[in-house]
Amino acid sequence: MTRRRAGHEGQVLRFTFDGRAYEGRRGDTLASALLAAGVRRVATSVTLGRPRGIFGAWTEEPNAVVQIERPFPEPMVQATTIPLYDGLVASSLSGQGRLSPGPDPARYDATHAHCDVLVVGAGPAGLAAARAAARTGARVVLADDRPEPGGTLPDTAETVEGRPGAEWALAVAAELRALPDVRVLSRTSVIGYYDHNYLVAVERRGEDAVTRERVWRIRARRVVLATGAHERPIVFSGNDLPGVMLASAARAYANRYGVPAGRRAVVFTTGMDDTAYDAARDLAEAGVEIVDIADAREGRLVTAAIGDGDEGLRTVVIGERGEGLGAMTGSREVEADLLLVAGGWNPVVHLFGQAGGELRYDERLGAFVPGDAARAVQAGRNVVVAGAARGATTLAECLADGETAAASTPPTSLATPPSPSGGWGEHVWLVPADDETHHFVDLQRDVTVADLRRATGAGLRSVEHVKRYTTAGTAHDQGKTSGTLTSAIVAQVLGTGIAGLGTTTFRAPYVPVSFATLAGRDRGALHDPVRVTAMHDWHAEHGALFENVGQWKRPWYYPGPGEDMEAAVLRECRAVREATGAMDASTLGKIDVQGPDAAELLDRLYTNLMSSLKVGAIRYGVMCRADGMVFDDGTVIRLAPDRFLVTTTTGNAAAVLDWMEEWLQTEWPGLRVRCTSVTEQWATVALAGPGSRAVLASLAPDLAVDAESFPFMTWRDAEVAGIEARVCRISFSGELAYEINVSWWHGLALWKAVQATGAVTPYGTETMHVLRAEKGYPIIGQDTDGTVTPADLGMGWVVSKSKPDFVGKRSFARADTARPDRRHLVGLLPEDPDALLPEGAQLVACERLPEPPVPMLGHVTSSYRSAALGRTFALALVSGGRDRVGERLHAYTGETLIPVTVTHHVLYDPEGTRRDGRPDTSEGARHDG
Amino acid sequence: MADPTPPREPATMVERISPLAGFAGVSDTRLRVREIPFLRQTNLRADPGKVPPSLGLRLPMEPGTWLRSGGADVLWLGPDEWLVIGDVDLPRSEDVAVTDVSAQRTTILVAGPGARDLLAHGCAIDLHPSVFGPGRCAQTTLARAQVVLVAGEDEEFRVLVRASFARYLADWITDAAVDY
Repeated sequence: MTRRRAGHEGQVLRFTFDGRAYEGRRGDTLASALLAAGVRRVATSVTLGRPRGIFGAWTEEPNAVVQIERPFPEPMVQATTIPLYDGLVASSLSGQGRLSPGPDPARYDATHAHCDVLVVGAGPAGLAAARAAARTGARVVLADDRPEPGGTLPDTAETVEGRPGAEWALAVAAELRALPDVRVLSRTSVIGYYDHNYLVAVERRGEDAVTRERVWRIRARRVVLATGAHERPIVFSGNDLPGVMLASAARAYANRYGVPAGRRAVVFTTGMDDTAYDAARDLAEAGVEIVDIADAREGRLVTAAIGDGDEGLRTVVIGERGEGLGAMTGSREVEADLLLVAGGWNPVVHLFGQAGGELRYDERLGAFVPGDAARAVQAGRNVVVAGAARGATTLAECLADGETAAASTPPTSLATPPSPSGGWGEHVWLVPADDETHHFVDLQRDVTVADLRRATGAGLRSVEHVKRYTTAGTAHDQGKTSGTLTSAIVAQVLGTGIAGLGTTTFRAPYVPVSFATLAGRDRGALHDPVRVTAMHDWHAEHGALFENVGQWKRPWYYPGPGEDMEAAVLRECRAVREATGAMDASTLGKIDVQGPDAAELLDRLYTNLMSSLKVGAIRYGVMCRADGMVFDDGTVIRLAPDRFLVTTTTGNAAAVLDWMEEWLQTEWPGLRVRCTSVTEQWATVALAGPGSRAVLASLAPDLAVDAESFPFMTWRDAEVAGIEARVCRISFSGELAYEINVSWWHGLALWKAVQATGAVTPYGTETMHVLRAEKGYPIIGQDTDGTVTPADLGMGWVVSKSKPDFVGKRSFARADTARPDRRHLVGLLPEDPDALLPEGAQLVACERLPEPPVPMLGHVTSSYRSAALGRTFALALVSGGRDRVGERLHAYTGETLIPVTVTHHVLYDPEGTRRDGRPDTSEGARHDG
Repeated sequence: MADPTPPREPATMVERISPLAGFAGVSDTRLRVREIPFLRQTNLRADPGKVPPSLGLRLPMEPGTWLRSGGADVLWLGPDEWLVIGDVDLPRSEDVAVTDVSAQRTTILVAGPGARDLLAHGCAIDLHPSVFGPGRCAQTTLARAQVVLVAGEDEEFRVLVRASFARYLADWITDAAVDY
């Protein structure tokens, strides 16, 4: 039963709603197509289960919120804003949609824009503002949420500059689009207004576009808000029935879409302006019989809408107002299927409110309008409001307002415009009755006047509290039709002024936005950068499993055929302890430190002395924060008297460089030192195991590799596998070991050459962890947590007693850092040599758990199965741990208590005999992975 | 200075492999993307008031700019930091820290009429020619990677990205390019 005015018969589009097939026309929204098809009921209210119809014609719609089923399930979409497309399948909802269980196949992305002037809204004021700004040569972005420019001009069919409004708007938009520095974004909702004129918008590019929706992050020198106004409903009994509609919406359906929203209509207006009469005239032209106009100025009010079931409105009851509020004398019942409601206009001040602008209650308009923008401007937001959003009521005013908005700062309050022909009306928010349980304030939340009275009866005096108590204004329409009504009715009930009561806070987003849109392309593989080394492809091709270390992918272990992780790691560990292993150590942070005061800087940042290091030598070092807690560790290589290469842990590379720069720039600007990150300049292969010397010798025939020529903790420049390299003799496993550094470009070639010797087993981070733990070497961040001093780690030797000062030194004089019951790093041997303790397990002294609070002594920080020890072992931080060596403790797994014995933290080769590949007793040193 | 000279050129015939070896790039009328591998890059840090003339280079002093000098492109990276792209030997001294960073970053060329729009997807700075035209450079982020962005003539941008982030960024650019 499609009824369509002449001139609106566009291409036929087929769609399905609630399982029934319908036809609409190109240019329709789902709502206009449903109205044209005679569908009255489009939703069921969320708590009361009442039938609901289409109420508005754009983003103000509270009722017609539907589920899109195809092409992709999308919940809670306003039927009034969905452009109809062929094959659309939608269904009605009862206040709650259904999220798709599958991933959204559409593409979403984000982009940035910068401009001199951002105009929000392409109605008459916005177009005029954008055109005026563009003509000055400014960079302009014009964002508008509708598919066509003109705002409500196509709804009202007014003329501008002698042309039909819609045609004028298209012409202006075309003129703007032709300019190189103007960007016109249609179907783009500005949803948020943030600090320093940073605004976020969402562009709906359509189902056929490569990118379905795009987030725009816009930085504007000036923002012109030309966001228009929403018509305000009036509250009376049964004002939620299908068939009750905003007058402006019915006018839009008649003029923009050619759809008469009913057959027999009653108009109810407060007479705030004459737009209700304009609507009545346009509807009459569209073939709707206007059977009565209840104008509050004449004392005639609609007291009730009566209907039945899905068909909605049948009868409108019009009362004559007597003396006093609510006293009605006489009434008339009129048969009608459409009731147009015109309660005045609410300027769309959401973004202005978000910007921090103050709102002012305008007695004449009965609405909140932009007031003083000073606070917003102070907050770095250069914002002006133009047109209906500022309270302008005529087209001419809007155009003139827009013209000046872009260039100057217009007054924040309007001069009084001429009053409408019938004179200014009065503000009627509510037609009271004894029973107000069907007087709906917030249609989407089913909040009635009775609910508001209950809230104020409970003692609530603030609209913010009433909002939270009743949920009025909290639905996904953000109270576009209910906000001002709620304030006004609460004020009326409390007998206070609405001006003092104010509004609730306006928050982003102005319209609902899906998470898929906000996530954009930051999902899947692009969710977070994956950092890889020069040798990554070899690792992947050889079956390595990877461990995430920060953003790096590091080879974790290389399982052979039929091997599980345990078997692979035991094999890799044995290879390093008994033969030779190779690991990709490229991810370690590397910082080049240069300058006459380089040694002085390092002396101040490391706990130990670095200035005494000889050129050609290497020293292990620990950095603490000012609180004396370990922050990072690594090796320091002296390249020249005034040049060092510092290595950091993989995860701390950026933090250590920042730490150095912070001290240099803020505390020690006099030091002549420069730091430069060279992490990715170098690719590094660690060669470890008793056979590593022979492997290196075969790759570097010109390098003297014997222990005397190339002692522990020194470095040499050499050609390795035909590549210029720097070889460092350092060890993180206790075995004889080397780290070979070459240019990143040669990393893969070096790695392949090492593998080609046939004598080397590739090993990953898990094996590295086991080997270092056997030696009691801590991993910063795993065995430490920012509350651990070097002494706690059993490394008192790394803290210089002779240096005058270094970062953290003062904290070591605190009584707390010398407490005997501090948690020390110790080893743990489970009594069952096959029991693997969970990392993080708490340690207790007792055999049976007492009632809480349980006295806890510490926790397991690292736990592995050791090939060398032939058993499991763990590292732990234990209160007074070094004094407990030999004690029996229990690790709580969450289910059972596992008995363990406390040991010294160095469990393997405590004498350091393996460091040179032959017996040796000097102090071991190392660096971290 | 006695410290070792960093590897500059392949000492032998061992093949160099760039971080984006095998990157297909984009070749379109609106957009061209490819790697420019193996550019020699030198990081230079000095007090701007203490740059010796013997350096043989003019250094841009205006923040966010670069210039061509002595056969190299010299980029302002910070009040006391420059990046020199080109085959020049710079002497290290008490006042001038010189570090070879050739392999630290690789270079992705993003060029064509669609270049600015493509970069804007991941870069928050204003790329309009009046703000970021030829001669401008910036240390910023593109997508989630730190980059040095260099604006050249003819809508050509060089994106300098750390070697470890290069594949991520190339993937991101390739994905962004489907809209251009």
